[in-house]
Amino acid sequence: MSPSYPAAKTKTSAAPALTRDTHLGLYYYMRLNRAVEDQMVKLFRQNKIVGGLYSSLGQEGISVGTAYALEKRDWMAPMIRNIGALLVKGVRPRDIFTQHMAKFTSPTLGKDGTSHFGDLKNLHIVSPISMLGDLIPVMTGVAMAGRYLGQNIVTMTWIGDGGSSTGAFHEGLNLAAAQRASLVLILENNQWAYSTPVSKQVPLRDLAERGRAYGITSVSVDGNDVVAVYRTAKSAVDQCRAGDGPVLIEAKTHRMRGHAQHDPAEYVPKEMREYWEARDPITRYEKFLTENKIWNAADKKEIEARIEKVLNEDREFAENSPMPPPELAEQGVYCDGCHTIEADWQRPKSEVTPPKTTFDTTLQVKDFGGIDQGFNVPTETVTGQTEPPPIKKSAKPAQASGNGASAPASSKSSAAKSKSAKAPVRKGRR
Amino acid sequence: MAPVTMLEAIRQAIFEEMDRDPAVISIGEDIGGYGGAFKVTEGLLARFGPERVIETPISETAIIGAACGMSYLGLRPIAEMQFIDFIACCFNQVTNFVAKGHYLWGAPAPMVIRGPSGGGVHGGPFHSANPEMYFVHTPGLKIIYPSTPYDAKGLLKSAIRDNNPVLFFEHKFLYRRIKEELPEDDYTVPIGKAVTRREGRDLTILTYAAMAHTCIEAAAALEKEGVDAEVIDLRTLLPLDKEAILASVKKTNKLLIVHEDTRTGGIAGEIASLVCEGAFEDLDGPIQRVTSLDTPVPYAPSLEEHFLPNVAKVVDAARELARY
Repeated sequence: MSPSYPAAKTKTSAAPALTRDTHLGLYYYMRLNRAVEDQMVKLFRQNKIVGGLYSSLGQEGISVGTAYALEKRDWMAPMIRNIGALLVKGVRPRDIFTQHMAKFTSPTLGKDGTSHFGDLKNLHIVSPISMLGDLIPVMTGVAMAGRYLGQNIVTMTWIGDGGSSTGAFHEGLNLAAAQRASLVLILENNQWAYSTPVSKQVPLRDLAERGRAYGITSVSVDGNDVVAVYRTAKSAVDQCRAGDGPVLIEAKTHRMRGHAQHDPAEYVPKEMREYWEARDPITRYEKFLTENKIWNAADKKEIEARIEKVLNEDREFAENSPMPPPELAEQGVYCDGCHTIEADWQRPKSEVTPPKTTFDTTLQVKDFGGIDQGFNVPTETVTGQTEPPPIKKSAKPAQASGNGASAPASSKSSAAKSKSAKAPVRKGRR
Repeated sequence: MAPVTMLEAIRQAIFEEMDRDPAVISIGEDIGGYGGAFKVTEGLLARFGPERVIETPISETAIIGAACGMSYLGLRPIAEMQFIDFIACCFNQVTNFVAKGHYLWGAPAPMVIRGPSGGGVHGGPFHSANPEMYFVHTPGLKIIYPSTPYDAKGLLKSAIRDNNPVLFFEHKFLYRRIKEELPEDDYTVPIGKAVTRREGRDLTILTYAAMAHTCIEAAAALEKEGVDAEVIDLRTLLPLDKEAILASVKKTNKLLIVHEDTRTGGIAGEIASLVCEGAFEDLDGPIQRVTSLDTPVPYAPSLEEHFLPNVAKVVDAARELARY
């Protein structure tokens, strides 16, 4: 099995232009991500975590590298294995601990667990739900509203290889594409949807193909190379901010633990686990930082000390926090004036207030959608035949020939190609 | 002002709210130049432009998800389901994402989901449904189902200004069949308040939407037989106006509930339970209900007419109840 997995690449990491601060920042958050989760495994074994515990071991480079490309004003909606992204955006480890321990001091006051919390006002985080894919249309809407209000924001959300087969994924990505929404979608291909391998879910080698079907920029990157991830995400965020979104990034990685703590993941072949263990994103990054003389032993020690300090304080805080009072269960179903809802307008309202918006509703039809406009139709599929032609294994699908009249999608994808070529992106092998 | 149809009243509410507040936008399928399947949004695109009248692909989950995302930035989207039956396609987005956000993580979603509902127009099993009870069972939502142009306009305005997700059902049988003169000035109708359509002493008929008209007609027929029925139009199903329900039952001591929704799991069962809890000793007879059959909505007129409640069925049930 192992020969078919992508080879680890250190070349992209060698590309210049990241500052020392950025490097040390990325490293700090990856280590913090792992340390927070290691701490939670201990709490879980002490029976202090109320529900399930989901590990992102080995995927820290993706959460951290992608979120690091966002600005403070930008919005994110993490999934269950994106604790690293939350930390980068400003969530404190104590919030993660109290959430998992169902404490009254948690962001949801104990009403939900894991990374299911958000912050609309300050950190701009939208909470996930357990049903996969729903965040994609939601973050498309956030991006659309941001554009409407003149905020120039980018939104980012994550999905797994498993979640990329949901209807919400496809409806959401298509709407984002149709709206050219400033959405960066990170598709974390960790090879497993619970116990089901990718090969049983999708007949594609590169899940980035899914984005290309929607006519958007869609690239694959080595998810265990944090520098490659960060640079790809940064380029995607810049592209979206320039109004040329959405962008899909497939980050190839491996889930190093079971679906959750209860799952020993015995279905993962030994060779596959070993292959990915040898490509641990933190070990690789340490090696890179040392080889390129970006840091020294003192930097590492300082980072480790910082992490230990914050972790001890926050674990203590969480353990000493009370459980929510039972009557809290009755409260907060509706907003009865507890929130003041006010949009942050960054453009004059007069631009969208009648009569200035008066719009010609005559339909503008760009082409006739015909079959005689340059499509390379294989002769076997000419209409009028009673039997469908046999499917040839090597047959290529019909493609737009570049006739301008028929192909906004094809011109977009070529633009996308030239853009993605700039990014240090590992193109998927077919 | 000339009397207007229910459809026109709803259209006015959308126009006036979008005029009043640039945070209000509309999103849905074919709501732009075409004006929507029933022409509720006719002229909206011309007035407000494509930034505020957003036409989408056929993707109900994406429509509701995007509307919810917009509401998080302080917009107040009005999302149209072309037929309310299609809300089944985005059930998860509505019940798990939109409805639970405020309770779980303090995220209000000020948005309205509106669409044509109900039978009697021979729309068949997928264009005639009354799916309100799936959502009445979902804490976090508010459910409105008006029966008059005045209420439709005033309640839709309240829904748009509300900080919570509101489902607004528009009975398509009523769209163009009833007319009413509306006030020229801005007005709202409060969510969660029932209205007494007809005062009576002998029994209470609780109903909503198109059946409100059926019940008023039935009450007129009952009057000729010497039965004085009180008719209460619920208007809002979530939250229910428990006070109005109990007050009327305590006055008439008999309760008949009429709804176009199917029988099992319809709101009649919930109301019967409420009355048993709050006014059992005031009852002089068994709580009765007239509802549609427990089947999908059939297509042929003969079948659909058999399926739906009507004046005769309501009169029969009320007459029986009045005998106690």
